[in-house]
Amino acid sequence: MSDTFDRDMPARLGDFVRAALANRSFVVGLAITLAIALMALVSFAWTPYDVADLVVSDRMKPPSGAHWFGTDHFGRDILSMIMVGSRNSIAVALVAVGIGMGIGVPLGCWAAARGGWLDEAIMRLNDIVFAFPALLSAIMITAIFGPGAVNAIIAIGIFNIPVFARVSRAGALALWPREFILAARASGKGATLITVEHIFPNIANLLLVQGTIQFALGVLAEAGLSYLGLGAQPPMPSWGRMLFDAQTRMVVAPYMAIFPGLAIVVTVLGLNLLGDGLSDVLDPKLRRRR
Amino acid sequence: MSLLEIEKLSLDIGGIPILRGVDLTIDQGQIMGLVGESGSGKSMTALTVMRLLPIGANASGRVAFDGIDILGAPEEAMCRLRGDDIGMVFQEPMTALNPVKTIGEQVAEGIRWHTGANRADAEARARAMLDRVGLPEAKFPLSRYPHELSGGQRQRVVIAIACALKPKLLVADEPTTALDVVLQKQILELLRGLVDEDRMGLLLISHDLAVVADMSDRVTVMRRGEVMEEGETARTLSEQVHPYTRQLAQASMHVPKRRPPSPARAKALDASPPEGVEERRTAATQGPLPRPLQGERWPAKRDGEEEERMPLLEVSSVIKDYPGRRSSLFRKQPPFRAVDDVSFSLQPGQSVALVGRSGCGKSTLARMILALDRPTGGDISLLGQSLAGRSETELRPSRRNMQVVFQDPYGSFDPRHKVERLVGEPLHLLEKQPGAKERREMIAATLAEVGLSPSDMDKYPHEFSGGQRQRISIARAVITRPKLIVADEPVSALDVSIRAQILDLFADLNQKLGVAYIFITHDLTVARAITDDVMVMHEGRIVERGRTGEILDHPQSDAAKALVAAAPDLHRAIARRLEMQG
Repeated sequence: MSDTFDRDMPARLGDFVRAALANRSFVVGLAITLAIALMALVSFAWTPYDVADLVVSDRMKPPSGAHWFGTDHFGRDILSMIMVGSRNSIAVALVAVGIGMGIGVPLGCWAAARGGWLDEAIMRLNDIVFAFPALLSAIMITAIFGPGAVNAIIAIGIFNIPVFARVSRAGALALWPREFILAARASGKGATLITVEHIFPNIANLLLVQGTIQFALGVLAEAGLSYLGLGAQPPMPSWGRMLFDAQTRMVVAPYMAIFPGLAIVVTVLGLNLLGDGLSDVLDPKLRRRR
Repeated sequence: MSLLEIEKLSLDIGGIPILRGVDLTIDQGQIMGLVGESGSGKSMTALTVMRLLPIGANASGRVAFDGIDILGAPEEAMCRLRGDDIGMVFQEPMTALNPVKTIGEQVAEGIRWHTGANRADAEARARAMLDRVGLPEAKFPLSRYPHELSGGQRQRVVIAIACALKPKLLVADEPTTALDVVLQKQILELLRGLVDEDRMGLLLISHDLAVVADMSDRVTVMRRGEVMEEGETARTLSEQVHPYTRQLAQASMHVPKRRPPSPARAKALDASPPEGVEERRTAATQGPLPRPLQGERWPAKRDGEEEERMPLLEVSSVIKDYPGRRSSLFRKQPPFRAVDDVSFSLQPGQSVALVGRSGCGKSTLARMILALDRPTGGDISLLGQSLAGRSETELRPSRRNMQVVFQDPYGSFDPRHKVERLVGEPLHLLEKQPGAKERREMIAATLAEVGLSPSDMDKYPHEFSGGQRQRISIARAVITRPKLIVADEPVSALDVSIRAQILDLFADLNQKLGVAYIFITHDLTVARAITDDVMVMHEGRIVERGRTGEILDHPQSDAAKALVAAAPDLHRAIARRLEMQG
């Protein structure tokens, strides 16, 4: 099995890469996303200044050669803080998407495979979770369990569950009546095996695209929670927190708000472009037309 | 001057030539049949006339409709033509209508757009048109939605839309391929009526020679983007001067060579056990089995006398109800009975056709036999093992003995798996799982058996043509050496020439492996070609059963008579045409 797999991969991968490179939003989105990821990685090894250095004499300096993005009210370098803050944003969003997928996809597939009352029960439960505004409930959860990055992750993750459950259920429901699934059933395969072998590979596209979009939303949600003081706690820099700190100093030091704000906008934009491009590239129907 | 003149039309899409120098003319009130295999460029010719070609298509030559140069006309002029002077009927009535609009809106839409009529006038005309296509106001008000109509009724709506403005030319691309024979006849009669009354030109595209022979005045035979032959229908199809025309005609009447039915088969429906045993033994010993497969399954000598005496399949008083729709919060409509008290038994090696119109419950019955659906009442047993109410694990021995071939060669495979995995899927049912090498050998042997090359194993299903995919589908069905194969319209999605090959394959496997078939079909030529016995189903019941030849030649029940009368027949159609011409 493995040798045939390897033999064929280049051809299929080649197709994919060719289609992907022809898609502008995919290329731009990927470039932005990779740049942000690279920034986060670099920040582990090197930042222009140490973010724990409070140089009071340099507080609220506008952008200059020494501090490209200026300094904040404690004299910390904003570029360094954005770099370190990206780690937090990525980690929170990534784990939250992981939680959402890890629980939501099996739930959705299970609901689609079984149908009947189980389907009803799972999906109505999802509706209940969905009915709460995500950020509001995240605030509630962090208010109860205390603020912090971990609780923010869990809170955002929980609200990703129904999204993935719905997407995977819809995808699976469309596949179940297909003839190749009937043929698999006629071959005596049970619901679990069919889900793993046939359903899951065929809805992976949907999930990848949805995952990218949820990732962008996760970055936003994390920024929102940090802004309210419920996310990562100081001295750990985070983009939302930086915006909050900048708020009262908008008039004197607008750059304190502009750069973290831009970081959020660019990241979310990049991820959305990537998701958009991915869905075009992965959709075989769209690809065939090209 | 003719209504439509196509001269030396060539077309390429992205550099790949699709049409080469096609010539075709249609006069007013004339029906031109366009026949050919799939991929011969029939549909592309039609789309060129509508100028609805896909992006990247490049047409050259001359297409003149009513003196207008179609290829050179600006898009606005084409918009005025389409739906007004040229109407089009598509193959698939299920997708040709907008599901969120009422049929009235959809018919009136074109009228309002082209004539600028107000809503009331347009709806009045839409009403008149729907009446004309056989959808009277009392039963089919304008406010109906497409999902409330059956396939044949939807196709009538599509025709109403296409003919609402009395077009001079109607293009019908396989208008009846998705319908059963009885509906097909009705729709064809409707089209002919419209042509006669309005002196419309009709370009009728079909892969079914019998339909074209029945309907059209002239016929154009296409192959690989070129016109092979053009001429007056009866003469062209009866004389068959062109070798390709002859080939098509022969394929459409093809009957696989089969062993004459033995006495056991003749009596099979009466279930006479000892002869059934005899039959199975001969079947089992005939033809060499591929090496790796032997021992595991087919030769059933050790099965024990008891089992040998049993019919292969026993269906007794099977009922299937589907719950009625909820009409209000507290009330449900009575359940719909899809299969109503069906009983029959099948002997090993026997080949039975289950014929009936679409919606008569034949597919539901098939799904219950395959244990993909549970009957509401009654019992089904395979080799004495009851299937009803069993868990998936308990069903495994039975599943090993029955497999399925579906109609749609495109939907039957997981597009992400390779042929090796697809064909090998039922191996999952074997008690002793073969090792990787043995598995590949078995798959290679089975592929060879259905006429494919073992090297096809590493390809994906999209790399195969429709006929080849149906072979893969059959390979998947026979790999576990089942004793019963249920084939649900296995050839109705295929071209005539491919259909003939697949029927041959079925007949061949029946002899080599002694496998019994249940053929579900609405196509009587298929039933006649391949089965010993036939059961006619109507509204969930089996209304007639017996020897295939007898029933098809002398149907007794109304349902069977309707099917036989509606079935297109090339010989009869040509004879009738010649007679009309005197």
